[in-house]
Amino acid sequence: MRRVAIVGIGHSKFGVRTDVNMCELAFEAVKPALEDAGVTQADIPFVSVGTVGVWYEEPLPAVAIAEYCGLSGAGLVRCEAACASGSAAVNTAYTAIASGQVDLAMAIGAEKMTEVDTLTAVELIGRAGSYLWEFENFGMTFPAYYALHAVAHMHKYGTTEEDLALVSVKNHKYGAMNPLAHFQREITVEDVFSSHVIAWPLKLYDCCPISDGAAAVVLASEEKVKELGIDTPVWIEAIGYSSGTANLSKRKDYVSLEATVKASRIAYKKAGISPGDVDVATVHDCFTIAEILAYEDLGFCKKGEGGKMIREGETEIGGRIPVNIDGGLKAKGHPIGATGVSMVVELTKQLREEVKPASRQAPMKNYVALAHNVGGTGHYCYVTILRR
Amino acid sequence: MSEMPTLQSRPLNITYNIPINKTLKFWEGLKEGKVYAMKCKKCGKIYFPPSSDCPSCLASDMEWIELSGEGEIETFTHVIVRPASFQDERPYTVAIARMKEGVRVLAWLVGVKKKDIKVGLKVKLEAEVTPEGKVRYIFTPANI
Repeated sequence: MRRVAIVGIGHSKFGVRTDVNMCELAFEAVKPALEDAGVTQADIPFVSVGTVGVWYEEPLPAVAIAEYCGLSGAGLVRCEAACASGSAAVNTAYTAIASGQVDLAMAIGAEKMTEVDTLTAVELIGRAGSYLWEFENFGMTFPAYYALHAVAHMHKYGTTEEDLALVSVKNHKYGAMNPLAHFQREITVEDVFSSHVIAWPLKLYDCCPISDGAAAVVLASEEKVKELGIDTPVWIEAIGYSSGTANLSKRKDYVSLEATVKASRIAYKKAGISPGDVDVATVHDCFTIAEILAYEDLGFCKKGEGGKMIREGETEIGGRIPVNIDGGLKAKGHPIGATGVSMVVELTKQLREEVKPASRQAPMKNYVALAHNVGGTGHYCYVTILRR
Repeated sequence: MSEMPTLQSRPLNITYNIPINKTLKFWEGLKEGKVYAMKCKKCGKIYFPPSSDCPSCLASDMEWIELSGEGEIETFTHVIVRPASFQDERPYTVAIARMKEGVRVLAWLVGVKKKDIKVGLKVKLEAEVTPEGKVRYIFTPANI
């Protein structure tokens, strides 16, 4: 396998983007990614597009986006891994280069979720567990799936609703510093507690928003990095992946996402690092409990100590491992197909030490960053390790 | 930005006809007040939801077994914000219970006050025909 680097990044503003359609939104990420890499569309032989769709009108979005962005003619694939579709797209583009098929490739993540009303979006996401056995008769929603994990975690480890709220407070704090974030305002624990219950014990401010957004990366082989004269390539050291059962009732327990444990161990082994080597991480905080599960399942702390980790500020800038200092899914927003690519864009900026404002820059010791992207409720998981 | 001009697409209403040929006994069983699981005759594994093929040993020689209905809550939630097609329902409680046979079942829990619902609560799994004629299965507390 050949080494693969990130040489270009682009990111749209996340939020309720009724000012643009799907293709126009993707363009906002594709153009800066090409410019950042110093290449044109004609240089890109392969494009992967991570998107889930159904909430916007185009049934073949990869084709529509490629045409709009002048990428038609390149090899093209749409990747679906639910909320980890963006990571699946990065992995697909990575593999095309690592295997020697191409020297340059682009991964685009894009999602347009606000063209349908909120309860229809809740319905479409809820159907994505196991339709026949968990939705048809029981109307499961995604907040409800994660609430099942929250109740089990609180019961077994004594995690509190306040611990959950602190995740939201932290991520809103950093979202307020990120001009591309869906929400750019700080909140308090009291704000979380007074927001209405969505699926007990999760309240509105425990849940990420339904967002529109796009992100894109240009990937290159080592040879191409030299040819383009890229001075700060960020290398994809490893991508680990795993999956879990469709039916939540078939999982081993509800205090962990086994797919995260497996994917991260594969990634750590491939990259030859341990969790303690990570300088900065983005983890899949679709709901506040998910960030606490991620701390534990990624090995950032012992099982059951995720609540303590957030309480003691270990995942703030200045803490042991800064996590989601772009606002996370909670405040940056979660356009589901875009999220995995967005994580890689953010971590590339962190590793290049070019984050603005500089107060949102994580200090670098090892120049190692980790992106953790879950699809569904642990249905899919990708862990990507980057190094400068 | 919510005031932006939009063009409304043509509506698209889709209903799927989901085959239940291989699990018919399960759906018929609910009408008779029984909840069935499937057991692999070759390796002995029990499946709920019922599975007509064994993902463990890949055999397709399965038999139906009736679940005892005895279970214990492992986790639960109260769903307040409901999907579009559940707007006619009042907020509902969903629980996952581990059954005596070892399989887990996800279903609504009814007939118990919210304050009395706890992890570890003993429940009974029962088949039910709704007033609208839909067949389903629900949990009720075991000791009431």
